Amino acid sequence: MPSFVIPDKCDGCKALDKTACQYICPNDLMVLDKDKMKAYNQDPQMCWECYSCVKICPTQAIEVRGYADFVPLGASATAMRSTEDIMWTIQFRSKEIRPKRFKFPIRRGVEEGKAQPFDHYPTGDDDLKSPTLMCEPAGLNTERGPVKFDRVPTI
Amino acid sequence: MAEFETVTVETDLLICGGGMAACGAAVEASYWAKKHGIKVTLVDKAAVDRSGAVAMGLSAINQYIDLNSGNNTIRDYVDYVRNDLMGITREDLVASIARHVDSTVHLFEKWGLPIWKDEQGNYVHEGRWQLMINGESYKVIVAEAAKNALAEAGGEYYERVFITHPLMDGQKCVGAIGFSVRENKIYVFKAKATIVAMGGAVHVFKPRSTGEGFGRSWYPPFNSGASAFFTIWAGAEMTCQEVRFIPVRFKDAYGPVGAWFLLFKSVATNAYGDNYMQTNAAELDKWLPYGRVKPCPANLRNWLMMLDVMEGKAPIYMQTADAIKRIAEQAPDEKTAKRKLRELESEAWEDFLDMTISQAILWAATNVEPEKRPSEIMACDPYFIGSHSGASGAWVSGPEDLQNEATRDEYFWGYTNMTTVDALFAAGDASGASSHKFSSGSFTEGRIAAKSAVAYVVDHNEPPTVDQAQVDELKAKILKPLETFQQHKDATTDPDINPNYIRPKQHMYRLQKIMDEYAGGVSAQFKTSDKLLEKGMELLGYLKEDSEKLAAQNLHELMRCWESVHRMYQADAHMRSILFREETRWPGYYFRSDKPSIDNKNWLAFVNCVYDRDKDEWTMMKKPVKYIVAEVEQQLSEAGG
Ligand SMILES: Cc1cc2nc3c(=O)[nH]c(=O)nc-3n(C[C@H](O)[C@H](O)[C@H](O)COP(=O)(O)OP(=O)(O)OC[C@H]3O[C@@H](n4cnc5c(N)ncnc54)[C@H](O)[C@@H]3O)c2cc1C
Ligand code: SF4
Ligand code: SF4
Repeated sequence: MPSFVIPDKCDGCKALDKTACQYICPNDLMVLDKDKMKAYNQDPQMCWECYSCVKICPTQAIEVRGYADFVPLGASATAMRSTEDIMWTIQFRSKEIRPKRFKFPIRRGVEEGKAQPFDHYPTGDDDLKSPTLMCEPAGLNTERGPVKFDRVPTI
Repeated sequence: MAEFETVTVETDLLICGGGMAACGAAVEASYWAKKHGIKVTLVDKAAVDRSGAVAMGLSAINQYIDLNSGNNTIRDYVDYVRNDLMGITREDLVASIARHVDSTVHLFEKWGLPIWKDEQGNYVHEGRWQLMINGESYKVIVAEAAKNALAEAGGEYYERVFITHPLMDGQKCVGAIGFSVRENKIYVFKAKATIVAMGGAVHVFKPRSTGEGFGRSWYPPFNSGASAFFTIWAGAEMTCQEVRFIPVRFKDAYGPVGAWFLLFKSVATNAYGDNYMQTNAAELDKWLPYGRVKPCPANLRNWLMMLDVMEGKAPIYMQTADAIKRIAEQAPDEKTAKRKLRELESEAWEDFLDMTISQAILWAATNVEPEKRPSEIMACDPYFIGSHSGASGAWVSGPEDLQNEATRDEYFWGYTNMTTVDALFAAGDASGASSHKFSSGSFTEGRIAAKSAVAYVVDHNEPPTVDQAQVDELKAKILKPLETFQQHKDATTDPDINPNYIRPKQHMYRLQKIMDEYAGGVSAQFKTSDKLLEKGMELLGYLKEDSEKLAAQNLHELMRCWESVHRMYQADAHMRSILFREETRWPGYYFRSDKPSIDNKNWLAFVNCVYDRDKDEWTMMKKPVKYIVAEVEQQLSEAGG
C-alpha cells in the first residue's frame, strides 16, 4: 500500500478545484473520492514511493508504508519539508534501535519562486549558429581553477 | 461515449516533456526566443515540479567536467564514455555536451541548488565526474527556472497532457497530438520545430518485484517509452536500441551505490568474502580492449558479479561496515573519529533520502545499521535510459565544429541535435549514442537542442501545414480504447474479463513476460539467443494486433493504454537490434548465447533502425563508428581487435 491517506487528517484540500496530492503525483495515482472528500492512491502497485504527495500535503495526511511484498512491517521514514530544509525521522522495526533524525538543506541563497533564469553571466555572442549558449563563455569559468575560457572550447 | 473537445495550440517551438532535458530546453529556448520573437510551448504529462526521473530529487550531479581545474579535459570525458560503452559512442555528441555542462551546473547553483563545498570553497566530488548535492528539491528548482524563463519570454506550459503521436507533414514533424488526463480534451500542438524529451522507458521488462513493489523499479514507472515511440513513429533513424541499462543497486529497493563505491571507497564481495572484481579478473581478457580500461566499464563490473551469482556465490554484499571503519581509522584521534562517523552516517542516509526513500525504509525495516553490517546488492532489471549508462535513442546530428574529415559525412547534417526527420529534435534519454549525460548533461543537451531548434525556426519561419484528416484519424485512434470499453463492458459480469478487449495492465504484463523470457530479462539471467528472439518477436506480433482491442474505463486508463503501446514499440526495436548485432558486446547488459563473444572486426559499429509506419516495416542498418579522438584506433589494433 505504498502511499496511504489517514482519513482523519485529509480534508480533501477543502474542496478546491484540484487537490495538492492529485496535482503533484508524477504517476497520476492520487485521486479524490468526492463522496467522502478523502484522497486515495488508485493504483498502489504503480507507486514509486517518491514522497511527492507526502511532502506537498498541507495537512500531513499522507504517509508511506513500505511495499509489503518485500519490506517487513514496523519501520517508517517521515518527512517534514519547509521552504529551506527537510527533516526526516527514521523509525526502525526494532525498537531497540533509537530512531534517527536528520535535517538537510533543500535550497540555498534563493527564495522559493525567485530563481532568475537568465543574465547571471554575460552571453558572448548573439549568433544563433554559434555554439555559445546563454551565459557562455563567462559561465563556464569559476574563480577556483587556473583554466579560463574566452570562448566555448572544441576538442 | 463522452464528447471530446479539440484544443488547438499554435506555437513556434514545442517541447514535449518536462524533465531535465525539457527544462534545459525551456530555459535556453526562452532566452533566444525573447530576442527573436518566437513562441515556446512546453507540455508534460505530469506536474513539472516533480516529473520524470528526478521527481524525488538526487543526491549527486553525475556529470561535471571541472574544466577550470585543469585536472580534466573534454577528451578525458570522451575517453571515459567511449570505453564504458565498449567503443560504441558518438564522440561528437559526448564532447558537445561535455563542453557546456559546467556552465549548466554553475547556473544550477545560481538558482539555489545546494552543492556541497569543502573548507576552501571547492565543490565536493563524489568521484572524478560527480558532485555531491543536497538535492531533495533539485527538480523543483530546475522547474522553477524553466517556468520563470517561459514566463519572461511569453511562452507557456501545459501539464497533465499526455503526448501520444507526432504530427507529420510528409517527412517533416509539424507538432504533436495528445490528450488531457483530467478533462475530455484532445490537444493538437502545431509547431515549426519540436523537441522530444519525454525520458526513457521502464516496465518493458518484468521487474523483480511483482506484488505491491511492482512500481519500485530503479527507473521511475512514469517514464514509459514516449520518446522512443514518438521518434520511431515519425520515421526517425534510431540508434543503440539494443543498449539497455541494468544498474547494480542495493537489493530490492534499488538504493544508489555510487556514494558507497566512489565517496566511501567501499568494496563489494560475494557471500564468502571474495572480491569478485579480483577473483574474476581473468574474465576481463575476453572483452578487450575494454576489459582492460580504467575504470572498468559498468557492464563488465555487472558481468563479473553475475558470474559469481550464477555460480551460486550469492548473496553479494556491499561491505559498508568495513568502508566506514576504514574511514574512521584515518582520523587522528578518537574525538575526530566519532565526529567523522556521525557525518558519514548522515551522508549515507541522505544519499537514500534524497533519491530512493524506499531504501531508507527497507534498511530501517530490516534493522540495518550500515556501520555494523553489510547490505545486499543486486542487478536490477533492464531499462532504456540513453542519458545514463545505456545508449538507446534517436540518431541526431552533431555540431559542425566538432567533426573531423572522417565523421563529417556520417554525423553532421545541419542543426545540432536534429533527428533524421526534418524539424524534429531530441535530447536527454530521447537522443542516443551519447551516454553518461545524467541530470546535468541532459539539461545541457536540452539547451543545445533548444538553441539550434530556435535557429531552425528563424530559418524556416513558415506556418506548419497540418492536415485535418490526419488529426481526425489520430483523434479517433487515440480515443478508441474508451469506445471499446463502453461498447463491450456489459458483455460479461466482470469488466476485467471480457473476450472482446484487453485491459492495459494485462497488455503490459504480456509485454513484460515476452521480454523477460525471450529477450533476456531477469528470469532468463539476461541471456537470450537468435532463436529466442525470433520466437519473442512472433509473440510480440500478436500483442501488436491485440493492441487494437485495448480498452480504457477512464482517462487515467487511457494513458495506461498508450504507455503500454509506447513500450511495445521500444520492445520491438530492442529485439530487432539485439538480433541484428551478431555478437555479445555488453555481457553485463545482455548475453547472446549463440554469439557469445565480442567481434570488433565486424561489429565495432552502430546498429540503427528505421520504422515505416505505413508499411509497418523496419529497416535495420549498420553505421560506422568513427572517432574524433585518434588514439583509440591504436588501442584497438594493439588489442588485436
Ligand atoms: C533512479 C535514478 C537515479 C539517478 N541518479 C542520478 C544522479 O545521482 N545524478 C545524476 O546526475 N543523474 C542521475 N540520474 C539520471 C537522470 O535522472 C537522467 O539522466 C535525467 O533525468 C534524464 O533527463 P530526461 O529529460 O531525458 O528525462 P526525465 O528527467 O525523466 O524527464 C522525462 C519527462 O517526460 C515526461 N513525459 C514522459 N512521457 C510523456 C508523455 N507521453 N507526454 C508528455 N510528457 C511525458 C515526464 O513527465 C518527464 O517530465 C538518475 C536516474 C534515475 C532513474
Ligand atoms: S493533499 Fe492531503 S489534504 Fe489534500 S486531498 Fe491529498 S491527502 Fe487530502
Ligand atoms: S509516493 Fe509518489 S508515486 Fe506514490 S502516490 Fe505519492 S506522488 Fe505518486
